[in-house]
Amino acid sequence: MKFPSPSSAEAVVSVSELSRRFGEKVALDNVSIYVPKGTVFGLIGENGAGKTTLIKHILGLLAAESGTVRVFGSDPTSDPVRVLGRIGYLSELPEIPGWMQVQELIRYMKAFYPKWDSVYAAALLEEFGLNPAQRISTLSKGQVTKAGLLVAQAHRPELLLLDEPSSGLDPMVRREILEAVIRVVADEGRTVFFSSHFLDEIERVSDHIAMLHQGKLTFCGSLDDIKERHRVVSMRFRESQIKPPEIQGALGVTGASRDWTCLNQGPSDKLSSLIIQRGGQILDEHPPTLHEIFVAYAGTNES
Amino acid sequence: MHIRISSSEGVPIYVQIVHQVKSLVASGILSPGDEIPPIRTLAETLVINPNTVARAYLELERAGIVRKKQGFGTYIAETKTSFSRREKINAIKGRMDALLVEAQHLSLGLDEVTVLLSERYAVLLAERKK
Repeated sequence: MKFPSPSSAEAVVSVSELSRRFGEKVALDNVSIYVPKGTVFGLIGENGAGKTTLIKHILGLLAAESGTVRVFGSDPTSDPVRVLGRIGYLSELPEIPGWMQVQELIRYMKAFYPKWDSVYAAALLEEFGLNPAQRISTLSKGQVTKAGLLVAQAHRPELLLLDEPSSGLDPMVRREILEAVIRVVADEGRTVFFSSHFLDEIERVSDHIAMLHQGKLTFCGSLDDIKERHRVVSMRFRESQIKPPEIQGALGVTGASRDWTCLNQGPSDKLSSLIIQRGGQILDEHPPTLHEIFVAYAGTNES
Repeated sequence: MHIRISSSEGVPIYVQIVHQVKSLVASGILSPGDEIPPIRTLAETLVINPNTVARAYLELERAGIVRKKQGFGTYIAETKTSFSRREKINAIKGRMDALLVEAQHLSLGLDEVTVLLSERYAVLLAERKK
């Protein structure tokens, strides 16, 4: 599947035909994504779909085997200092030494970034309710994440990269992290790229999304466009169906006996005639939630 | 301004905001001249993307529901109902469907429902005049 890259908007990240193998396993297979400036870009996919591998390429921690990766127009592996200085990164499990106090962590990270904003760091410390004298090892998981987010954004990065920031956190901390993400974008039109398993979060906060499935790109583009391109179709058949009816173009067919539901991409007239051929009719169609899109695509297996 | 975003229906978030502001205006909860929250404030309150709020406000402005005063925020516009006929019908369609379904269950025909509606309308009109 090919998607046109919107050439009108400036790309913060552009990945083109990227493939990566780990031994026999194909982690990324011909993946192309495009992250326009000033957007919140949400990356979804099951565990092992290739999300973290893709993020590691953007950070320049992995070099492209084939294809190209450009961040702010540069190759992050050949120009790491320049590229990483403009990125703030928070991993799922921030590797912060437990013996450090919060204020020591801040001082330590400050040394790496010439553009570090101490006033902003102090404001974030206050906002996240962190105690500067507390040791990292005694913080809760939510507090460690907030400390990680603080040091990831105190140099006001043009790109904030968050790998599963919400995993394992309670709803209050998740909300605080999302609010911080929103402020980052609202403030100076900076760009956020984040991966998450919480589809409702992605749906609320992202304006662009991409999905990886078994190392391949399922879709990439504006969330509204992707939702408008798909429909959830409810159908009823004259006779009870023992197994899901096979209808070309219908994804994620679920249901029982005479009533079935599927996800359809594009206009429904073609689907409609196929359903009629199989002795059924369309009862209803409505725009899908991101969850419905995800489940339908994640259920399709290609080998 | 009270707005609720639901991710359990597939309706895009900007459309949900547009619909809800329109119905707040239609029901008189928001009146002409009322200020609506800045994009950033609403985005933070609802925990949604500021670009989404901006898109909703743009649609509302195009529809003549709100008006931007440069540097002074966004306000509900003075102009009287700028809803198109289609929008008005869409707004009431759901309730009509519910009414007709209920009538069918009670074995009331369309003729009877039409007569009853006219009667109710007369009663409401009389009450408003008092």
